Amino acid sequence: MHIPDNFLSIIISMICWAITIVTLGVAISRTNKTLGERQVPLMGVMAAFIFAAQMINFPVAGGTSGHLLGGALAAITLGPWAGMLVMTAVIAVQGLLFQDGGLVVMGANILNMGLVTVALGYGLYRSVIGQSRITKLTAAGIAAWLSVLAGALLTSLELWLSGTAKLQLVIPAMLGIHALIGLGEALVTVAALSFILRTRPDLLGEQSASAQGGRGWVVAGVLIALAVVLLSPFASANPDGLERVAINMGFIQTGQPAPYQIIPDYTIPFLGATPLSTIVAGAIGVIIVSAIVFMAGRSLQTRKS
Amino acid sequence: MHSDAFDRYHHKNSALHRLDPRIKVVVTIAFILSNALLPDGAWMAFALSWLFLLLASALSNLGLGFTFRRSFIALPFALAAVTVLFSVPGNLLFQFHFMLSDFTVTDAGLLRFVSIVIRSWLSVQMAILLVAATRFPDLVHAFEHLRVPAILTTIIAFLYRYLFVLTDEVIRLLRARQSRSAAAPGHRPCRDVVMQRLYMARVAGNMAGQLFLRSYERSDRIYNAMLARGYTGQLRTLNAHVMKSSDWLFAALSAILILFLQLIGRL
Repeated sequence: MHIPDNFLSIIISMICWAITIVTLGVAISRTNKTLGERQVPLMGVMAAFIFAAQMINFPVAGGTSGHLLGGALAAITLGPWAGMLVMTAVIAVQGLLFQDGGLVVMGANILNMGLVTVALGYGLYRSVIGQSRITKLTAAGIAAWLSVLAGALLTSLELWLSGTAKLQLVIPAMLGIHALIGLGEALVTVAALSFILRTRPDLLGEQSASAQGGRGWVVAGVLIALAVVLLSPFASANPDGLERVAINMGFIQTGQPAPYQIIPDYTIPFLGATPLSTIVAGAIGVIIVSAIVFMAGRSLQTRKS
Repeated sequence: MHSDAFDRYHHKNSALHRLDPRIKVVVTIAFILSNALLPDGAWMAFALSWLFLLLASALSNLGLGFTFRRSFIALPFALAAVTVLFSVPGNLLFQFHFMLSDFTVTDAGLLRFVSIVIRSWLSVQMAILLVAATRFPDLVHAFEHLRVPAILTTIIAFLYRYLFVLTDEVIRLLRARQSRSAAAPGHRPCRDVVMQRLYMARVAGNMAGQLFLRSYERSDRIYNAMLARGYTGQLRTLNAHVMKSSDWLFAALSAILILFLQLIGRL
């Protein structure tokens, strides 16, 4: 999901940088206020932890392997603002040192993988804080899955708005792949949290940094989650509709009169043509995934003493 | 295991290595921006851009092929841009049938695709050169001078410092998992594939949780050790950056070259 340089237009890169810089500015002023100098080495080592944890891989299917991305885990264990700074550092080093993601488009990469994932992951987790262990883990799993989808959705939209990719192809491809990647992310996040809850419950308790985020995070998290849940099926099933909306809103000035000749009635067969049915389909998808995550959480729990 | 395989710095004594890191960062970003600003199909300007890259490579003593050999990292992402082949209106080049759809490749689509790949390929190579010719702490220091907030650069410096330590930790965890994952030939530890996958995901998750706790506890020790050595909340460096006349000269030449190739690209 790391976008290399020059895959986004200058305007989109700059808009993403603007959003990223404003959010990070708030994050920095908040962490400066609430955290002492003690937290600086902590955040640095935690950033290295996210980086290193991405090397722990596990087989998924057909010879491919999955690994942790870490946005939701960082948010839940470190709290929202510190989580954002940590993820930003991880993405900056991936781009700077390994050319995994470009420099001018780094604002977009930080936004997609560092800020939105943390806000969504933390918001959903924050809404169940103080609840039972199984509820917490289920919420964390759903948050991890949705955070990966949110990143993929934003990446596709940015590519499309830059004129680098075709919406009708990039959205189903990206969301399809990342729905699977997200399952791995959800499983590993749930297992890691369950391990931490078992061994050091104090790190995730009522007094910890992760419980200190305000109620506003719940609203932000639920809003982003809703946007992903509603927009993904709409964009997959009805990309032309999204394109029309974008033209109407002035994102795309080039009013190309349907230049492509991919079959005109391009819809995903089993989803209907009306927006309502696609949204319903999306909601059903979320329920199914929630159920899977819940069951997985149960099965991961069974060995608990 | 020494995981300095991560370090992308290549020690050489060259003009590019001696250049002020701030200048290298600014010129690299200007170069990438300039590529992005060039219109599609500005072949002359792309060629000049490439020449600029080769000149910088020559200055680095790393060999002209150095960046090229490492430049394929961004290639998989070109897959996302392949879709642009079918989406830009223009004259029809050829058409094929795949997965129930007719795909039409236009000349304008092809032009746009090739331009995106060239731009991205040039930019990646310049970034590779920057990292190969600049020590990472100097790079972070340069970003600090360029007004990146201190808390971010400090986190990045810590990340870099402990990346190697924690990677060793991961390698130990992976080795431990491997040495306990034996199976007799033809014997599957678990019949049910889904349960097996779930089990493996849980093991990976436990390892991540384990690594989290080790990192968390290590950061405490690190902080105490830093306090013991007089840490006051600020990191210091002996490497004060001072601009030399050669730095200004390189910056001016780069600016002229970038303006020139922008001009060529727009004519």
